[in-house]
Amino acid sequence: MAVTVSRESDSVATPTQRALKEAFYAGAIALGLFVLFIGLKTGQNMSNELVLTQRWGLLAAVVIATAVGRFLYVAYGQPFMANQKIANVATGLLPASVGSRFFTLPAFIVAVVAMVLLFVFNGSLAGWVGAEPAGYLQFLRALAVIYVLACVIYYFRAFIHANFTKLGITALVLYPILVVAVLSLNAWSIAGGLQGSLKWVDNFGIQILIYVMLAWGLNIVVGLAGLLDLGYVAFYALGAYAYALLATQYGLSFWILLPAAGCMAALWGVLLGFPVLRLRGDYLAIVTLAFGEIIRLVLINWREVTNGSAGISGIPKVSFFGLMTFNVSDPNYIAKVLHIATSSAYYKIFLYYLILGLCLLTAFVTIRLRRLPVGRAWEALREDEIACRSLGINTTTTKLTAFATGAMFGGFAGSFFAARQGFVSPESFVFLESAIILAIVVLGGMGSLVGIAVAAMVMIGGTEALRELDFLKQIFGPDFTPELYRMLLFGMAMVIVMLWKPRGFVGSREPTAFLKERRAVSSSFTKEGHG
Amino acid sequence: MAGTTLLDIKGVETYYGNIRALNGVDVTVKEGEIVALIGANGAGKSTLMMTIFGAPRARTGTITFAGTDITQLPTHEIARMRIAQSPEGRRIFPRMTVMENLQMGASLDNLKHYDEDVEKVFTLFPRLKERIAQRGGTLSGGEQQMLSIGRALMARPKLLLLDEPSLGLAPLIVKQIFDAIRELNRTQGLTVFLVEQNAFGALKLATRGYVMVNGNVTMSGTGKELLANPEVRAAYLEGGHH
Repeated sequence: MAVTVSRESDSVATPTQRALKEAFYAGAIALGLFVLFIGLKTGQNMSNELVLTQRWGLLAAVVIATAVGRFLYVAYGQPFMANQKIANVATGLLPASVGSRFFTLPAFIVAVVAMVLLFVFNGSLAGWVGAEPAGYLQFLRALAVIYVLACVIYYFRAFIHANFTKLGITALVLYPILVVAVLSLNAWSIAGGLQGSLKWVDNFGIQILIYVMLAWGLNIVVGLAGLLDLGYVAFYALGAYAYALLATQYGLSFWILLPAAGCMAALWGVLLGFPVLRLRGDYLAIVTLAFGEIIRLVLINWREVTNGSAGISGIPKVSFFGLMTFNVSDPNYIAKVLHIATSSAYYKIFLYYLILGLCLLTAFVTIRLRRLPVGRAWEALREDEIACRSLGINTTTTKLTAFATGAMFGGFAGSFFAARQGFVSPESFVFLESAIILAIVVLGGMGSLVGIAVAAMVMIGGTEALRELDFLKQIFGPDFTPELYRMLLFGMAMVIVMLWKPRGFVGSREPTAFLKERRAVSSSFTKEGHG
Repeated sequence: MAGTTLLDIKGVETYYGNIRALNGVDVTVKEGEIVALIGANGAGKSTLMMTIFGAPRARTGTITFAGTDITQLPTHEIARMRIAQSPEGRRIFPRMTVMENLQMGASLDNLKHYDEDVEKVFTLFPRLKERIAQRGGTLSGGEQQMLSIGRALMARPKLLLLDEPSLGLAPLIVKQIFDAIRELNRTQGLTVFLVEQNAFGALKLATRGYVMVNGNVTMSGTGKELLANPEVRAAYLEGGHH
């Protein structure tokens, strides 16, 4: 909503005058944009007639909010940001950063105390103050948690930045243990903690890690080799159905079928690769998109084998390497073998570590391959195909290996998905899934493993977290279902990230080659011309 | 100096769709020579260069390299015959560092001679050593040209093809590049086939030259002969830089 102001008035007008003017324009633009979006709502009445609901109040609220927002930004936000860049004449120092002013020790202590108190007395709050204020207090608690976490991250930012990968892997390994420990303390029983951990380990942990793995797999095709693939979900579906069918029909174990599903997906990756060898960019995208749809339609229509849209259910669980199972009725059920209490959480925690292992395998393979000739050839292919050929690189095999490797990881993730859900149907493999995986790769920064993992966490974790925001019902009324807005927020987040960081969270590419004596020095630490 | 024939192009015709870009071109490059191909825009110089690499493929005629018919070989197989190219527009890998670009050039031998060859490239173009960790896309035009030639040299070529190495470069840098090519030819006996619009510089550098007009080779001779030829002077040199 940038409003251009002519030069003369710019030099004369004070920020407030300018802000008023811009607020007026912003309001006018918002009015023009939203008069049909928000001002009028079409619906059906009982007799199926079209009815028009007028929502002028809501429209006015949106327009005023836009105008006020623009006013505050121009009148206070812009001068403030400009001041931050001006050093004090007397001391020669820049003003304290917003971060250090916002995250102060007293505020941190207050937030910690508030958070702990609200957690401890959570159960009895509703009784004391009534349901509605209790909802607001839960909102306050969420804010306190966010503030405390942000404080910790802010104070250790240098350390976190320096050791991001190690810290990240450690956090992921400890995550289920921490969740169970915290929830056990909260509920004063280990059984309660295990039960409560289901949601956190399954909905957040496993769900996010599946997408991390898929995005890392797609990253090989899109990020490294530069082949825009819009049908990646097809390989995910192939892996899932390969496991589902072979496990239900022939009773084969997950540990045999996992590599088999990966190989099958890789084979299909090669089969897809052959016809599209000559295509690049948009044309390749269209063909891969069609491929994804073909696979989905085959799954729907080949009823004799795939059971159509009804899907396949009763897919066996993964066993603990054949030693223990997670079925309560089995003689070697984990709780019976280890003489511990029965709980469904063991399986989820096991699955969490399984997918974490698969993710780390994907990352390890990607990092290794980038340093090998084939990985270098992928990246060179992304940069310039003609130059690649004239350097003696066989672009055919290079492309096919990229498709096959990417598809293989998709197949692994698919068979894991089938084992975790116990049920697969074509509905899980629609185009939107491909689009989300691709969006994660683009948002994270093509080719960057860390960036992609963060993007998956934000996107998938963020949309999952929306389901948890029950307190919003206190504000927007009981009909408000936050998860309905998750695609809207997803889109908004993408627009914001792309404006703010057009190359994704981690936009710079990490070089893989250094001179021997300078192996330790990365190019990002050396000035231009001094490397 | 006149060794055996390394590259022999006979009666090559290349088409873009139905349009004939080359009308039966004959060019020979002997071992140890620097051969220049000069001509105006659209004469088919770059097409000939690309045809040697099989993209686009010659519809008629044969291209023989060191006794082997390479007319129908796929591009990467041709490159593996030890023909290296610094293509038109340089085509370095912009997001990869100088180091990585050079590595890509050495991928034929799987980096067997990498350390030794990279030192040779740095001796030839010391500027590249200064820029070693910099991304290719952030180099200046001259540095990119040096990188493109350096990358081609990493493949230990028997024949180096250069497509307009002086394109868009300042005269001083052009001189540096031409000096480097002369140096390579003199000390290592590298055979060079050069396509240029900068006729004066190219013919001064070359052992022999060809003049191309509208897809035909119209004249050939030693560099000196062509420089002295009144037709060549009228068409390509008069009013140009001397």
